[in-house]
Amino acid sequence: MTLPMQPEFTSPVIEYSRLYPLLIVFGVAAVGVLVEAFLPRDRRYLVQVVLAVLGLGGALAGTILVAADLDVAAGDLTARGLVAAEGAVSIDGPTVFIWGVLLALSILSVLLFAERRLEGGITAFAGQAAALPGTEAERQASTRGIEHTEIFPLAMFAVGGMMLFPAANDLLTMFVALEVLSLPLYLLCGLARRRRLISQEAAVKYFLLGAFSSAFFLYGIALVYGYAGTFTLAGIDRAVTDRVGGQNLLLAGMGLMAVGLLFKVSAAPFHAWTPDVYQGAPTAVTAFMASCTKIAAFGALLRVFFVGFGGAQWDWRPMMWIVAIITMVVGSVVALTQTDIKRMLAYSSIAHAGFLLVGFAGVFEGSSGYTGITSLQSILFYLTAYGFATVGAFAIVTMVRDAGGEATHLSRWAGLGKRSPLLAGVFAFFLLAFAGIPMTSGFIGKWSVFSAAWSGGAWPLVVVAVVMSVVAAFFYVRVIVLMFFSDPVGEGPTVAVPSALTGIAVAVTVAATVVLGVVPGPVLDLAQEAGSFVR
Amino acid sequence: MDLYVPILALGLLAAGFAVFSVGVSAFTGPKRYNRARLDSYECGIEPTPQPAGGGRFPVKYFITAMLFIIFDIEIIFLFPFAVAFDVLAWYGVVEMFLFILTVFIAYAYVWRRGGLEWD
Repeated sequence: MTLPMQPEFTSPVIEYSRLYPLLIVFGVAAVGVLVEAFLPRDRRYLVQVVLAVLGLGGALAGTILVAADLDVAAGDLTARGLVAAEGAVSIDGPTVFIWGVLLALSILSVLLFAERRLEGGITAFAGQAAALPGTEAERQASTRGIEHTEIFPLAMFAVGGMMLFPAANDLLTMFVALEVLSLPLYLLCGLARRRRLISQEAAVKYFLLGAFSSAFFLYGIALVYGYAGTFTLAGIDRAVTDRVGGQNLLLAGMGLMAVGLLFKVSAAPFHAWTPDVYQGAPTAVTAFMASCTKIAAFGALLRVFFVGFGGAQWDWRPMMWIVAIITMVVGSVVALTQTDIKRMLAYSSIAHAGFLLVGFAGVFEGSSGYTGITSLQSILFYLTAYGFATVGAFAIVTMVRDAGGEATHLSRWAGLGKRSPLLAGVFAFFLLAFAGIPMTSGFIGKWSVFSAAWSGGAWPLVVVAVVMSVVAAFFYVRVIVLMFFSDPVGEGPTVAVPSALTGIAVAVTVAATVVLGVVPGPVLDLAQEAGSFVR
Repeated sequence: MDLYVPILALGLLAAGFAVFSVGVSAFTGPKRYNRARLDSYECGIEPTPQPAGGGRFPVKYFITAMLFIIFDIEIIFLFPFAVAFDVLAWYGVVEMFLFILTVFIAYAYVWRRGGLEWD
């Protein structure tokens, strides 16, 4: 009896010199857990905030260093970067671009998490999340001034997952990253200090629907594995290009994976969770989710469909067209009927997912003969513009308050422009950026995705997108009119003065939105330099 | 087929041993029944009474189960490492150290936050 020959064993190699931004984030998250375990309660807040900001800042600096010395990929003229960690992670132009934007936005979100002045010296997160709402235990936790500082490690784990998700080069790594980013978010959604029932409802809804979509995604991965016999995107690409047979398996797998990914970017018809979760979650968490999750999920969507399924593009392009149209229409039209500012911004984020999907209809990525704007470049720019404006807009929402906490009902915002012209003006500016008015980042973003789609020959899609932009502009302008040209109802809400943390977040996002609108060149160039995905 | 002969032989041996032990103890063992002998688990811990129509489990069972899974997974990874530690060389040492470190971070959190106290 003989055993089969053992292949020559080569020890795996991990490129720590390229992966360290990711490892810093996960490492700081782990240290944050130890801080929770060993430090006395009253010291934790400060230590956690400093750790999180330093960790994210360090990772951002590391990302810039990694980006600066990416080499041209072997056998590819347009892509820079390498496939690291034995094929599990690709560190390439798009990856480092997304990492940079994600980390910058996470720092701003963490500043919003750490805001204490608005609630009178305590964070906006539940004191004792395990206590039932309305019980004695909860009342005691709040009178003793207890707060959950676990939110910072949780956010760090989510950021780590978000960084890994668009960088994953095989489907299993991608699935693990999806779970790592989702699980902390489910928890964070349920931790609001005020309106705890609606917050917990949001968490449960998000968890159940998220688990469903993960299952769809996993089933899709299984079918694609059955088709291609491999998890790596490059291997799937080879199988798709060679048409190895069993096209039904590929189509079903591709469709199911698309469901999982489109759920995360909240594209219709997989958007139903978005308004409820965005409304119920603490507003800082909503800002974090609406910007960073969408960026990470779009990064993954781009990588899977451009690298893995690029050879089958004529099979999935019609599907993306239909989803883009439904998403734009649902987001823009339903937003018209909303009476809650957070729900309205949620539908606006759905509409933006639709506009981003329009960008998919263009020429994928840089190739030698093509000089126009590519899908990848336009979507990366749009995500940057959208992310900064979103964090800013939700930061403003945290400041408009009445006795019950944040005053999110639209009628309460009437006449805000008279009471606090600066705050209302800044909010109006973000709304105009969402609407895509020239001189704001939103205009350049919309222009770039539409022109990418146009040069890809998708003019019907662009026409629908322009019409829907006009519809969307209507409800943004409606809020501006409400703030500046109507009288406050009764006492009206107060505009609380936040600490420097929220102040910095708002200032940075305003500055980014102006700069991206007036001089978009550098960031567009950066997005172009991101080039294309390594394979 | 040759490859499967040892596995089949092992299976037969195991089945034979199980049947033999149960059979012999049924024939030769003393038969004295009392309440403790008839419990579901004869290990000294009182089984939690199950309320009629279903009911709530104390959440501490959940923590115990989670801890079990954490260490279970750790062992699952440690066994293959133990088999291949010579060829993995320093790579294996570094990766296993990082892996065990992260497991112990979770353990330290549970310990410090009172997850191991039963009452």
